[in-house]
Parts: sequence; structure tokens; C-alpha cells
Amino acid sequence: MKNVEANMGLELRGLKKILGGRVIIENLDLSMAKGEMISLLGPSGCGKTTTLRMIAGFLIPDAGTVKVAGKDVTNLGPEKRPSAMVFQNYALWPHMTVSRNVAYPLKIKGLGKIETAEKVEAALGLVNLLHHQDSRPGRISGGEQQRVALARALVQEPDVLLLDEPLSNLDAKLREKVREDIRELQRRLGITTVIVTHDQEEALSISDRVAVMNAGKIEQFSNPQDLYRHPATEYVATFIGALNRFEGNLVEGRIVSGSDVIGIRPEDLILSSQQNDDALPGTVELVIPRGHFFEVVIRREDGIFKAFTNEFIPAVGENVFVKIKKSLRYQNGKLVG
Amino acid sequence: MRRYFNPSKVALNLSVFLLALFILGPILWLGVHAFVTDWKYPHLYPSGLTLNWWSKVFLDSALKTAIRNSLIISPIVVVLSMVICLPAAYAAGRMNYWGRKTFMITLFSANSFPKIGLFAAIATLYYTLNLMGTFLGVVIIQLLGTIIYMTWIPAAAFASVPRYLEEAARDAGASKFTVFRTITLRMAMPGILVAIVMSFLASFDEAQGSYLVGAPTIYTMPTEMYSLVQNYPIQVAAVFSILLAIPSVLLLGLARKHIMGGQLAEGFQIK
Repeated sequence: MKNVEANMGLELRGLKKILGGRVIIENLDLSMAKGEMISLLGPSGCGKTTTLRMIAGFLIPDAGTVKVAGKDVTNLGPEKRPSAMVFQNYALWPHMTVSRNVAYPLKIKGLGKIETAEKVEAALGLVNLLHHQDSRPGRISGGEQQRVALARALVQEPDVLLLDEPLSNLDAKLREKVREDIRELQRRLGITTVIVTHDQEEALSISDRVAVMNAGKIEQFSNPQDLYRHPATEYVATFIGALNRFEGNLVEGRIVSGSDVIGIRPEDLILSSQQNDDALPGTVELVIPRGHFFEVVIRREDGIFKAFTNEFIPAVGENVFVKIKKSLRYQNGKLVG
Repeated sequence: MRRYFNPSKVALNLSVFLLALFILGPILWLGVHAFVTDWKYPHLYPSGLTLNWWSKVFLDSALKTAIRNSLIISPIVVVLSMVICLPAAYAAGRMNYWGRKTFMITLFSANSFPKIGLFAAIATLYYTLNLMGTFLGVVIIQLLGTIIYMTWIPAAAFASVPRYLEEAARDAGASKFTVFRTITLRMAMPGILVAIVMSFLASFDEAQGSYLVGAPTIYTMPTEMYSLVQNYPIQVAAVFSILLAIPSVLLLGLARKHIMGGQLAEGFQIK
């Protein structure tokens, strides 16, 4: 824990926000290192956007502090904060050309003409948009508009880059490429970045760590593998990835009635045509090809299981043996084993 | 095979021509009469061309005064209207306060019953305030007709500026005032320009109230028309009508360039 301040990217302490009489965020803590990229992941209404807007300064928290790069910015307006935001709909100014959009923050700062032009060119170069300098935002594609918005944020050289659902307005094909581009750029510039998203695939593939949010609280803040393999709460387990969920206990590979909640990932079920230890027989009800694997639905006497497999692919109606390789056990929503 | 005669096409062209004639006919009539000596039934052609009517207008000092008055009063009315109405329009467009809708509807009241009644009532007030026959009196009367344009159109323009565009500017480091100046006002400008044009025309063409309040000391171009029609041949009125139309046409042309050529025509795709 040496030189904590210098390594501090962003720190939220005891954040609270009430909007319209409703508690949106309740006592939220989060801290991230400089150069880290994190996601705030959750369904709509979980408070992720509210949290982002409190970091950006559009909302002043009712309690708690926001520190950016070790500096308390809680009571500063958005224009005074060292953060830059890329809006969900990009928020480009239609009456300015692309380069004037990007130059705007520098002009406000009072930078000279030559320096502004240099920085704008560098920023547009970063996002490969130099050829669209003089276009109006309305004349370029959605993906290009987003890159302009990104350039406009980067040109400010912010301590924290905020991305609000950056990929939600792009079509599926472009999404993956832009995702990689953003990640590559973020790594190269070493810029502390917070992404808000409701898309778990996006969050898991792009971030160093993901904060899974639910009802104004962070359920778990961890790296993607950890979130998937060791979901701390039942909510995270069901939210991230697919899950077989049973109310009961697991005794000798069998679900029996009980007070716990058992979660089993579909890939943690081993299918085979022969009996082996702990495997129980079941009937295949459905086989769905999912590209590089198959989803198989099997009815056992203790429940219906969904399994992912790409080795042994049974036929519908076939009798197979299903073994539970790994399971998650929850009591009152919390992971106990 | 190409068809050389298409009845529906001919009918369409004919109806377009008739419509154009109906709309432009009176203007053509004015245009011709301003330059001819005389042209009356049953003569097929005008009896001769002349610029005599134009020199009449420019040599008559009363007419010149009317033109000067109009060109001074209307811009003053527009600027005053902007000063008074634009802040109200911004408030009505961007803020939500109690009685906002009622306020906006109330603004119609000046336009909602016969104006001459309103002017008569105002005239009695003017007599007590000694505004009858004064420059200020005419300006105030003309202001009344511009208020509805200068509030409703800019209010809609301000309301249609997306908040996130202002937020993006704030995020980029701009103060609230800079955001207003560089983003909100700029984006509402087409609407404000339309309001300016409409207000100018409303003021420039206003005759009833200006006549009632201004005559006989202050004449504007439209009120001067009354005496013109009575005292001169019809051709002088035609010349004056053309002069009356020039500022309107210029202003519309200017506005067209800025409104149609601006970001409204850019086809902004983001919602």
C-alpha cells in the first residue's frame, strides 16, 4: 500500500443519491487503480447510469465523496472535473464540423490555434477519422460518430474516461470491432476508464474488472473469470452467464429438498452414455446446436438440467447419465460453497 | 413507344399553370402597372412604358418620409420584441414552472379578437398617456403583433435542443453561459431567425393600429397607402406596393439561405 494517492484512478466512498423520492444509489463504494478499465454492469434501473453521472458531475451525490486521481471533486460541476464522457447517443453538435466538435474542449480551455489544431489532428488520427475532419456529424455513419465522440473525450486528456453504453447504438458486427478498438486504445493510452453497460458479454470481454450492480448496490466487483467462476451472490450467478438454478441441497450428486439454492453452470454437467460414480440417469428432451457447442436439455428425476457439450452429443429421447462436476451453493443469496 | 399526348399530364400542367397564375397574377399585374402609362380594357396592350410613377414616389416627400419611418420603426420593433420575448421564450421552452402553459396561451389573447376593438381601447389609454401620434406609440402598437411570433417559435426552438448536447458541452469544460451561447442559442437560431422574419413582416405590414395611433403625424408605408390610393393614380400604388414588398422578399431570401442551408437541412440522424 505504498504511494496510494498516485496510483488512484477513481474512488467512490459512501455514495448516495435520491431522485424523485426514490433511493437510486445507497452507500456505494468503489475504487479503481490508474489505467484500469472497469464496467458497471446491471439491468436498466440498477443505478449504473446514475453512478456514472455522479462521477461526471451531472449529479451531485446526496452523501459520499467522489475522488478522481486522488482529488476530491464531489462538489465540482462537470466543467471543472478531470473526466470526459462519451454519451450513449454521442451528443455531437450538429452545427459544427467533426474537427470543430473535437476542438471545442480545447477552445474552451483557451488553447492557441496551432496547438489546438495539432491536438485535434492527433485525436482524430487516434480514431482514424482524419478524412472526415470537415464533415458534419449528420453526414457520417453511427460508428464514425462514435469515434468522433471518443476523440472529443480523449483530446481533453482526462484523468477518467466515462463511456455510457458506448456500443448500444451500433449494429452487432461493428460492435465487436469497436469494442476491441476501444480496449486497444485504452491500453495504449493507459487511461482510467469506466464503462456503463447492460450487456454482460461486452462487460466481461472489455474490462479488467466488472462491478455487477443491482438495485442501487454493487453485488460484486471482481475480474471477469472470478465473476463467472465464483459469483459472490445468487444474483450475480444468475445474471452472468447461464445457470441451472435449484432450490434445495446437493447430496451425492442429487438435488434433494432443502433451504439452500444450488447453481450449476451448464458446462459443469458431464454427459455420458455409461453409468459412472455420482452420475444419474435422465432423458434428453431437447438438443439445440449453438455453433461451437450444443445445448442439451435433460430431465432427471430431481429436475430439468441444461447442459453445454461439444464432445458427446446425444439424440432427443436418448437416455444419458448426467454428472454434476461443480456447483455453487447459496444461503440467503450469498455464496457459501 | 412514347406517347406524345397524355391527357392526365396535360390536365396536371394546366392546373399547375392556373394555380401559379392565381398566386402570381396579382404580383404580375403590379409589376406591369408600375412601369406603364396606362393599361385599361378594352386595350390589349399598354399605351406606353414609363418610369414616371417611380419618380413621383421618390419626389413626394410624404412618401419618402413614410418609407423612412417604416425602415426605422420595424427594426426597432423587432429588436425590442427580441429583448422582451426571447428570455420568456427560453423560460417557456426549457423550464417547467407553474402556469407556464397558461402564460403561453394567454399570449394569443391579442390575436384572438378583432384587433380594431383592441386598438380603440388602447387609443383611449394612449390619450391619457400622451402617446397618440408619437413614434413610441406606433412602436408599441406594432410590438403587440410580433409577440406571438417571438415567443412561440423560439420557445419551440429552445425546447427542441437536446439536453445531452448541452451536457456534452458542460463536460467539455464550458460554463453554463458558454453552453447557452455556443450550443443552445446556435441550435435554436433557425427558429429565432424565422421568428425575426415573421415579426418584421408583422410590424412592416401593420396598418390598422399604426394608422389609428400614428396618423396624422406619423405615417408608415402601409398607412401611407391609404392616402396614396385616394390621391394618386393606381400606378403609383403599384410602385409603392413593390417597394413595400422588397424588404420582405430580401428577408425571406436571407432566412431561406440560413434556415434551409443550415443544420436543419443536414438531416441529423441522432435522436
